[in-house]
Amino acid sequence: MALALSINNLEKTYATGTKALKGVSFDVAEGELFALLGANGAGKTTLIGILTGLVKKTDGSATVFGIDLDKEPEKVRSMIGVVPQEFNFSIFEKVLDIVVDAAGYYGIPRSEAVPRAEQILKDLGLFEKRNAVSRTLSGGMKRRLLIARALVHQPKLLLLDEPSAGVDVELRREMWEFVQKLNAAGTTIILTTHYLEEAERLCKNVVLIKEGIVAEHGDIKELMTKTGAHTLEDFYLHVNKRV
Amino acid sequence: MTRADIIGIQTIVRKETHRIFRIWIQTILPSVMTQLLYFIIFGGLIGSQIGNVGGTSYIVFLVPGLVMMSAITNAFSNVASSFFGAKFQRSIEEILVSPMKPWAILTGYLSGGVVRGMVVGFAVFLVSAFFTPVHIDHPFLFFYFLLITCVIFSALGFFNGMFAKKFDDVGLIPTFVLTPLTYLGGVFYSITLLPPFWRMVSYANPIVYMIDGFRYGFSSVSSTPVLTSAIILTLVAVGAIMIDLHLVKKGYGLKS
Repeated sequence: MALALSINNLEKTYATGTKALKGVSFDVAEGELFALLGANGAGKTTLIGILTGLVKKTDGSATVFGIDLDKEPEKVRSMIGVVPQEFNFSIFEKVLDIVVDAAGYYGIPRSEAVPRAEQILKDLGLFEKRNAVSRTLSGGMKRRLLIARALVHQPKLLLLDEPSAGVDVELRREMWEFVQKLNAAGTTIILTTHYLEEAERLCKNVVLIKEGIVAEHGDIKELMTKTGAHTLEDFYLHVNKRV
Repeated sequence: MTRADIIGIQTIVRKETHRIFRIWIQTILPSVMTQLLYFIIFGGLIGSQIGNVGGTSYIVFLVPGLVMMSAITNAFSNVASSFFGAKFQRSIEEILVSPMKPWAILTGYLSGGVVRGMVVGFAVFLVSAFFTPVHIDHPFLFFYFLLITCVIFSALGFFNGMFAKKFDDVGLIPTFVLTPLTYLGGVFYSITLLPPFWRMVSYANPIVYMIDGFRYGFSSVSSTPVLTSAIILTLVAVGAIMIDLHLVKKGYGLKS
């Protein structure tokens, strides 16, 4: 199967001397809904930052749908949509403007971006709030706005960095249904989350990063069987306790 | 340059322009009000007692300097505050994760500064028409010097925005560098009136060439050769843009 993402020996050492990634390698097949797990500070966000151009890698390489991140970074970024952990939109702008402007940065003309943004806002239940200033939205709505912004350029690879953090149960369920629909429509999705039961339900394969290295990688069910774990959470705890 | 690059630049410019006009009470009005007071006090009240400066009435001498002073501070502060604001809120990340190229990001932000500098400059120029008949002797030079000045100070504002770590840093350069250089750059006096030593020192101030060139476009009065001013300012603009571009490419203050 074709690869959506291939990471080879990726390393990152910050200016402070912190080694966030110490040679991470794994692949994600096209069309997968893939779980990227690890404790806080394991290196997940650093990895996402490298792929999206926010963090400069120290060493290693990565390809997205066969395109080398070093050789054609703009082309790689055009294929990726990212939902960050923290709200990073302007608090003074209106919901629709945020999504339409995001489309503009990806080279989508306004005439096409406006109807596209309106449709995504409808799909995510935010259309009624399209003219609201973003700072007036609830936490769950802000989370959905991040998703709308990440999808407006129709990325082939969607990176979700803890998209359900601080979201209530109902909304979380709706969000996962939306994510599953996207995946069924062909978008490859890499998901980081601390809700392991949801990762277990949604994803087939997982990579577990521990202190900047890949601790485990593979089919969730097979990994659980191998370690005798009954749930992904048991498996996760087992790996994280391992020296 | 691809169509996607142009759309990206247009998006930043539209966003910046929209912001400038949305909060016009903060972005346009204050400079116009300040310059109005300058025209009343220095142009009308005190100027009438001064007589001619550089072969023209003092108020005619004053108009280009005050227009430039507004354009300089507005072009600078627009880019510095807008770019730093985007960094502070982390909304700059939505541009950094996109395929926009560094030069396109820079062009977008600098254009926003140029728009504000030019809009405020023209607004102040229109206000001056209430105090003295305005006639532009050399429209091309008038426009060129206003534009190149806005480009230079937008580029310097971008530089400030990139290095700023907190809001206080955005106000430091306007207060301690821009204002003194502008006041000493010949807004209120002709540098030919200075003693030789201070005149030489003044020639190291790029704002002298901006105001002088602009003044020549306005009333054919200048204390430095116009071509020299145009060449120096074009070189300064290119240099400032190249430094900014290098910093954006390196991701200084933007990427960890």
